[in-house]
Amino acid sequence: VVEFGNKVDQQLSTMVLSLARELIEAAIPGVLEAVPTFRSLMVHYDPAVIAFTDLIEFIDAAICGIPVVANEYPVWKLPVCYDSSVAPDLTEIASSAGLPPSQIIERHCAPRYHVYMLGFLPGQAYMGDLPEELAFPRRQSPRSKIAAGSVAIAMNITCIFPQEGPCGWHIIGRSPVRLWEKGTANTLLTPGDKVMFTPVSLPEYEILLAKVSAGEHLILQDGVAT
Amino acid sequence: MSPALEVLAPGLLSTLQDLGRPGFQHLGIPVGGALDPTSLQAANILVGNPPKTAVVEIAYLGPTIAVDAQEVRLAVVGAETPIEILSDVSAPRGKRIERCRSIVLRRGEVMRIGALSKAAVLYLAAEGGFELPPVLGSYATCLRGRFGGWQGRALATGDRLPLRLSRASARVELCLQDFAVDAQVKFRAILGPQADYFSDASIRKFFDSEYTVCGSDRMGMLLRGPRIEHQHGFDLISDATATGCIQVPGSGQPIVLLADRQTTGGYPKIATVISADLPALGRLAVGAKISFESVTLEFAHQARCKYLKEIAEIPGKVRPLLRSNSELGADLNSQDLVGVIKT
Repeated sequence: VVEFGNKVDQQLSTMVLSLARELIEAAIPGVLEAVPTFRSLMVHYDPAVIAFTDLIEFIDAAICGIPVVANEYPVWKLPVCYDSSVAPDLTEIASSAGLPPSQIIERHCAPRYHVYMLGFLPGQAYMGDLPEELAFPRRQSPRSKIAAGSVAIAMNITCIFPQEGPCGWHIIGRSPVRLWEKGTANTLLTPGDKVMFTPVSLPEYEILLAKVSAGEHLILQDGVAT
Repeated sequence: MSPALEVLAPGLLSTLQDLGRPGFQHLGIPVGGALDPTSLQAANILVGNPPKTAVVEIAYLGPTIAVDAQEVRLAVVGAETPIEILSDVSAPRGKRIERCRSIVLRRGEVMRIGALSKAAVLYLAAEGGFELPPVLGSYATCLRGRFGGWQGRALATGDRLPLRLSRASARVELCLQDFAVDAQVKFRAILGPQADYFSDASIRKFFDSEYTVCGSDRMGMLLRGPRIEHQHGFDLISDATATGCIQVPGSGQPIVLLADRQTTGGYPKIATVISADLPALGRLAVGAKISFESVTLEFAHQARCKYLKEIAEIPGKVRPLLRSNSELGADLNSQDLVGVIKT
């Protein structure tokens, strides 16, 4: 594990992603995988092929050579429905924040988020940073089952959950996008990508969901950025 | 119909597994694969498959399967369990066979695998393997992601697992000699990656204590024992995991991550079981009592090389099968020859 710091920070994340890219592009025999997370990079290696000291030497050199300028990444505009029928925690978050629900939606849609990492389930992207007034700890008691596409917040991170399952985050909406094409290495988002949310009504959400279910590809990308 | 193994009873949790699908963890796709890759490879060697071929992993209670092919060569390696071969579905009793050997079954014959003892998993290999589509280069079933293996799920009654071969190749049956998968009680681990979340006293307590496996699935193993305290809370910015990582959540009761572990996690990891000990870890059954021993990274590397050498030596432990007296006796009984002699 190569640690770059101890906070969720986009500058640290950029360094993590640069080192991951260097390691993968170098295609060093014995380096099996590089898994970027918020502030660290996990390197899986086979000690029978590459000596630990050689690996460390390469990583040290690569860190020194990390470019200061970030790479370009796609910017995505993802539709989110904030209708109360698909946003069980929106009212509670609004009262905790002392704001009307419409303000929570506006603030959730305001930033251009950075995709820090993918994890937990295929295609599940952890995005940040949330505006301070939306940052709350996880729920006291996790829900045993949430719907696929649930848009949730916890701490300073927002996330779309790709499939049904248990969840301890606050659910404030639902998105119709497909985050992972089952059985492939195609995920909608990859670490480093930028994401903005666009509010849609429940009928619009249902139309988009039907299109996605029918296999249609929505045009979601909106330029590139560093 | 195309050759297949028909599932008459699925057992507790029978899944298709191979050595997993590394290379996609950065997308959140777990590696998965066999809990005990040593036994998986041994089972394949017995039926003449390449060692990494996908097989059925069986947990705690075995399935009953019927052969719907002209014939098929099978082998079972792993936990102790009674294995019976029945001449057909309606036969009241069958012939007992040993594990760690190959056997050819013919159309209509049934293999009944009982409850597993002394370990949690067992592997059933079929000569030629199963005719299934790979997902990202692997046949491993990812239960939580619902993909891979057989329809992304565990076997169920009525499933027909398609076989690649409709008959067995002509050769003598094989067995494994001096192949022991003994229950290991001491697991070697390197410190960290978050050992700094724990005081020296907590770390000492962890390595000095005995833990009981109190629950387990393909993702992880819950341990119960002396509570491990964190020194500055247990909130960790989620980072990547490795198989064998020992997480300590707020309860202070460790969780060891296994093959189907999530790619990232948010609990501090006090130590990580070395890769050479992962197959033995994977075969631990609920109730097992274990402890951990702190070793250096260098030791872990040497142990891994030694483990790879042991795996490479498995084919050298294969011998032609000599039928045991008890089996000959069982054959005689099943044909009522004993009765004939009495009259």
